[in-house]
Amino acid sequence: MRAIDFDQASDPASAIRLVQQANTKFIGGGTNLLDLMKGDVEQPLRLVDINHIGLDQIVELPNGGLRIGALARNSDTANHALVRSRYPLLTQALLSGASPQLRNMATIGGNLLQRTRCPYFMDTAFAMCNKRAPGSGCGAREGYNRMHAILGASSACIAVNPSDMNVALAALDAVIQVSGPKGERSIPIAEFHRLPGTMPQVDTVLHPAELITAVDLPPPAFTRHTHYLKVRERNSYAFALVSAAAALDMDGANVRQARIALGGVAHKPWRVPAAEALLAGQPLDEARCLQAARMLLDGAQAFKDNAFKIKLAERAVVRALREAGENA
Amino acid sequence: MQSALLVAGATQLPLAPANAAPAPGASTTAPFVPPRPLTLNVNGAEHQLSLEPRVTLLDALREVLQLTGTKKGCDRGQCGACTVLVDGRRVNSCLTLAIMHQGAKITTIEGIARGQDLAPIQAAFIEHDAFQCGYCTPGQICSAVACIAEMKAGTASAVTPDVRQQTFAFTDPEIRERMSGNLCRCGAYNNIVIAIQAASAQTRA
Repeated sequence: MRAIDFDQASDPASAIRLVQQANTKFIGGGTNLLDLMKGDVEQPLRLVDINHIGLDQIVELPNGGLRIGALARNSDTANHALVRSRYPLLTQALLSGASPQLRNMATIGGNLLQRTRCPYFMDTAFAMCNKRAPGSGCGAREGYNRMHAILGASSACIAVNPSDMNVALAALDAVIQVSGPKGERSIPIAEFHRLPGTMPQVDTVLHPAELITAVDLPPPAFTRHTHYLKVRERNSYAFALVSAAAALDMDGANVRQARIALGGVAHKPWRVPAAEALLAGQPLDEARCLQAARMLLDGAQAFKDNAFKIKLAERAVVRALREAGENA
Repeated sequence: MQSALLVAGATQLPLAPANAAPAPGASTTAPFVPPRPLTLNVNGAEHQLSLEPRVTLLDALREVLQLTGTKKGCDRGQCGACTVLVDGRRVNSCLTLAIMHQGAKITTIEGIARGQDLAPIQAAFIEHDAFQCGYCTPGQICSAVACIAEMKAGTASAVTPDVRQQTFAFTDPEIRERMSGNLCRCGAYNNIVIAIQAASAQTRA
């Protein structure tokens, strides 16, 4: 790893001030950043340690929602009594990602910023990666692209967002709270991650020196009927080929409202409100679930090695909806 | 001691020459960053060290404190061989910086036994032949200590049927899922699960 300078911030304001030094990044859990620094993909000159600035609490909001501090660890968040009882979808998604050791370090804020696991991005031996070296081309489009996007990709980049948590947060309509040199703002999760377009090097809409302070969840509407289904190459400790987060608000046998988010298919969690609307006010039958799944996958485009993902994602959506509906 | 520390750093890490002036526009040319003093509490003892900020907790333990029980497998958070406990929580020591753990209580495999007496999990690994080559074993044991504590605390896992319910199920699938962050290339998994079952039954009694 290259030499780095290091500052420890004592509060959010000092963190935002310190991170404005040249080539400086925040370090929270460090599980993704240090990995990328060892691979020379990330090359900061200085890290600002934000592990001692607070922001690690999980508290109820006046509206009945929940505020998860950005520095809350994945493991603590997944096992927080209010998250487990009111947002089991988030617990499931968090626990299906990484390993216990990594979840003990990784933070909610950092997970939102987790970078793609595209091998052409992760390994600097590959010359081409528009995300790592803008303008160099995309090695994955014509390369080995089994893990890559089937939705929302561009000619510049076909990488996927690797986070499980983000998929659950998308289904739950989370709002990201950020603070920066120009003040505070709230960003709905649907607008937080970008599609690659012509600037795949930019993953999110965060401005330079902005600090994620919290993730807010709306009042729980999907406590009973949720399911996070992750399909991967081995049963545990692997990234998703595809994943589906399903959340249903049921009125007897009928769906009052539905949320479906797909992971492993695009540069951001994938939602299609029209597909969700298709289920509202209707009984949850297999044919309708399949119709919704197809609407979610509408426009999907496969590459050489990942055509299987389209059918896999379709079936994952149907099964996640069925499992969610069957939950007591 | 001071020179040994610098040598240890140099064997692990490519140091930028101290006199390398950054070329204009070469923003990624790292400047020389001197070691700085820090204190680590490892296995109950305070250690005054002098380390560059980039030194991982793993390298500090192995190369500087000579606690070589903790193993470097992948060094990228994929194998779990470097697992240690920080304030009782299991972490990958390869993916965290030593400088981030001042004030924390770090426990390595060297600190798991109670004096001359093996901890129950260590005895269970021997009793149930839970290793072959032994390279992953220190990480497996540190991880298992936390795994048992987490199960006793009622935490959920990805295979817990209903995370809304408190669970205290010490089933094989639960143990396998909770130990999935520790790879064993000899494939001693079956006996590792048996050893953890045995040790957890003992500590539950």
